[in-house]
Amino acid sequence: MKPRAFQIQPQDNVATLIDDSPDGTIELIGANRGVIIATEKIARGHKVALGDIAANEAVVKFGVRIGYATKPITRGAWVHLHNLASDLDDRSGTLDLHSGAPTDTASAYV
Amino acid sequence: MSDALFSNSWSGFLRPDGRKGIRNLVLVIYTVECAQHVSYAIANGEEDTHVIGFPGCYDNAYAIRLMLALARHPNVGAVLSVGLGCEYTQPGKIADAVRASGRPAEWFFIQQAGGTRTSVAKGKEIVARLREQVRNETPRVPMKLADLTVGCECGGSDGTSGLAGNPAVGAFFDLLVDAGGRAIFEETVEMIGLREHMLARAASLDAKQQLAAAYDKAERYCRSVRQWSVSPGNFAGGLTTIEEKSLGAFAKSGTRPIQGVIRVAEQPRGPGLWILDSVPDEHFMQFGYTNPNDTEGLMDLISAGSQIVLFVTGRGSVIGSPVAPLIKITGNSATFRAMEEDMDFDAGRVLNGKLTLPQAGRELADLILRVAGGEPSKPEALGHREYFIMYKHQETPSLAAGCRA
Repeated sequence: MKPRAFQIQPQDNVATLIDDSPDGTIELIGANRGVIIATEKIARGHKVALGDIAANEAVVKFGVRIGYATKPITRGAWVHLHNLASDLDDRSGTLDLHSGAPTDTASAYV
Repeated sequence: MSDALFSNSWSGFLRPDGRKGIRNLVLVIYTVECAQHVSYAIANGEEDTHVIGFPGCYDNAYAIRLMLALARHPNVGAVLSVGLGCEYTQPGKIADAVRASGRPAEWFFIQQAGGTRTSVAKGKEIVARLREQVRNETPRVPMKLADLTVGCECGGSDGTSGLAGNPAVGAFFDLLVDAGGRAIFEETVEMIGLREHMLARAASLDAKQQLAAAYDKAERYCRSVRQWSVSPGNFAGGLTTIEEKSLGAFAKSGTRPIQGVIRVAEQPRGPGLWILDSVPDEHFMQFGYTNPNDTEGLMDLISAGSQIVLFVTGRGSVIGSPVAPLIKITGNSATFRAMEEDMDFDAGRVLNGKLTLPQAGRELADLILRVAGGEPSKPEALGHREYFIMYKHQETPSLAAGCRA
């Protein structure tokens, strides 16, 4: 069975992985059905771009803007801290991409 | 289909204020950290006996209001308050307030009772007496879904929480509201980025103003302390921004209109869907901190009269709660399998196509009715009674406002 991604609203430009996905074909379910070719490995719970997203363009999930692209994102790419930032929270951009652990308080652990 | 759900009835406990409880508990309350060990030792091994308290020596109006709301909760029949003897918070005043609500209550100072063992023995004797009294004297009363107040928060969220876990609760909340019950959700700091989306759900102009004020305060708070309600585990689980987490969290509210905002220890002013504002108010010590962990959020929901609380967790959690049973829901079937001994409900079946969202809401309602009828939830059966409150400042004009007469 192909790994699946769930698109919540038709206007969303990202979908959420329900299964871990290696690069390759993902089955899209939810508001739209089809396939999307992942260009990299994406873990369950993480997001895949459903189309090309230009830098500074809105990233949309639940039909609502959840932040903006900090660099161009291509269709099939993993969308996370390295290419999507909050409009409000300036700290999340500093977190470790894989563990989410803070990096800006490292000096306190001495 | 809903008719059977709405008319399903079980036997509850009638309190003097007219509210109905699903448990008949004795609550031991410590009034300073120094009395904490003795209080837990008193409750240890005692049936239907839970512990809450406040660790600070200096008192705090918010914490006292919260403890009194728990002490006069519909699931609580009687109270024993235990102090050390030199703290600001007064166990005697707590017992007086509880007695004024028509419940039996007793109190003592450890310094006057003797040491640890003497105090524990004295406390156990009082608890046994109070428990016997509430078991014999509390009137039983039929209860239905409409009599329930259910609170929900989420924690340890991952990408499935917004897709399945919280929407399943939303589907249940729609049923609860349609039945005439009260549904409460909180975490206004997790509604950041959703101002217009949320205001569009207001039931009235008054509700809209309350929502706008609560939202604006939450955003000022987050900006001012530079703390947004997302954790490393959320990011590792696939959530990237607070806006994204907010939308997932907001999904637990379902689709019905929002009646207004209540604050910690306030009761909903009528049936329907309510938001609980647990964010501190601005005052001379600035904001202080909002809820530092999941447990304090659950205590807030219980303080609003929730007889049952729901906790949605994608990544998994092993907490429980005193006073009101906690039901744990996950949208992640892998988490459910890995932690089945702690998880009550697998909403991940919605993502696997095994269940529709309305079916999940209905199945969750059935589970909630079984727990309301006396079946222990998994955290309850495991003995989880995690408890936490801390210093906070919130203006609350009248504690009694909104209580059902």
